[in-house]
Amino acid sequence: MSFHASWIIALTRPANVTLLLFILIVPGAPCRAEYADVVLNKHSDSEGVRPVIFPHWFHRIRYQCRVCHAELGFVMRAGANDVTMQEITEGKFCGACHNGEIAWPVEHCDLCHSARPGTAAGIRGGHQTLGPGNW
Amino acid sequence: MSVNRIRHMGTSRVYRCLVAVVFLVMAAAAVAGEWRPLKNDSLHDPENPALQYLQNPGDALGRLPGDGAGNKVDWIRALENGYIRPRSELKKDTPVRTLDTDILLNKTGSIPRVRFPHKVHTQWLDCDNCHEQIFKSKAGATPITMGKILEGEYCGVCHGAVAFPLTECNRCHSVPWDSQETPVAEKR
Repeated sequence: MSFHASWIIALTRPANVTLLLFILIVPGAPCRAEYADVVLNKHSDSEGVRPVIFPHWFHRIRYQCRVCHAELGFVMRAGANDVTMQEITEGKFCGACHNGEIAWPVEHCDLCHSARPGTAAGIRGGHQTLGPGNW
Repeated sequence: MSVNRIRHMGTSRVYRCLVAVVFLVMAAAAVAGEWRPLKNDSLHDPENPALQYLQNPGDALGRLPGDGAGNKVDWIRALENGYIRPRSELKKDTPVRTLDTDILLNKTGSIPRVRFPHKVHTQWLDCDNCHEQIFKSKAGATPITMGKILEGEYCGVCHGAVAFPLTECNRCHSVPWDSQETPVAEKR
């Protein structure tokens, strides 16, 4: 039996096909968000609005990390920042830019509050490295 | 695959079979790794009428120098070659501090040592983002371990969350033990 024929036959075995589909589909399925998307949901769901999605990729094209993480005081840990709409309208955190001058103002709720209702807070997009701490 | 069949095929054929399967998996992963439009990223609410106004990742990231991991963008090249010009401060009087010193991390066992380049890090970050809370300024004074990094501490605060992920071993572990490089080194 030639090499090609043998491995094609091996791939037609139902058990092998199942295994292959499992390998192909399962790891990719839950992580469809863009790398480093952050979901903010400390208050959103309980206040009856969609949770917020903060896309790192969009912002780092336009701002260096230091602007938000040094000047604006965002702690570099998803969940460590308790951002309220009150503070944003006072020009703190997101409100330093989202004021209608640099970026869209707070009146455009749906542009930030854009996640599916009930989405859990946290950083998304494959940050789970499956290392010892996450086994 | 039955044991008999494996025996019949011989080791090299089983090996070639495995290589073929791994190749298929990698090819499929590469295709699946393209940027997804927001409407079917399983995160954004497709019912949200404002979704049409948001930029899709592929529209922006597809124009930047490519990479195999994370956002699939080589952010360093994007910055250094002028593809992007991210603003460095909001207020005019905010100091923008940079440093061009490489640190050599020696406690890596038998695998290549780590070169930490301050330059590319301070092109994005301020000194205070890492010092003194995550890392002590004194070289060698911080008990960094790979386990802690995998748990999201030290380098893992960013690498694996927003900067290139921890599957990219060689990008950090890049200095072989027989190399004569002499950046600022930790004491061994």
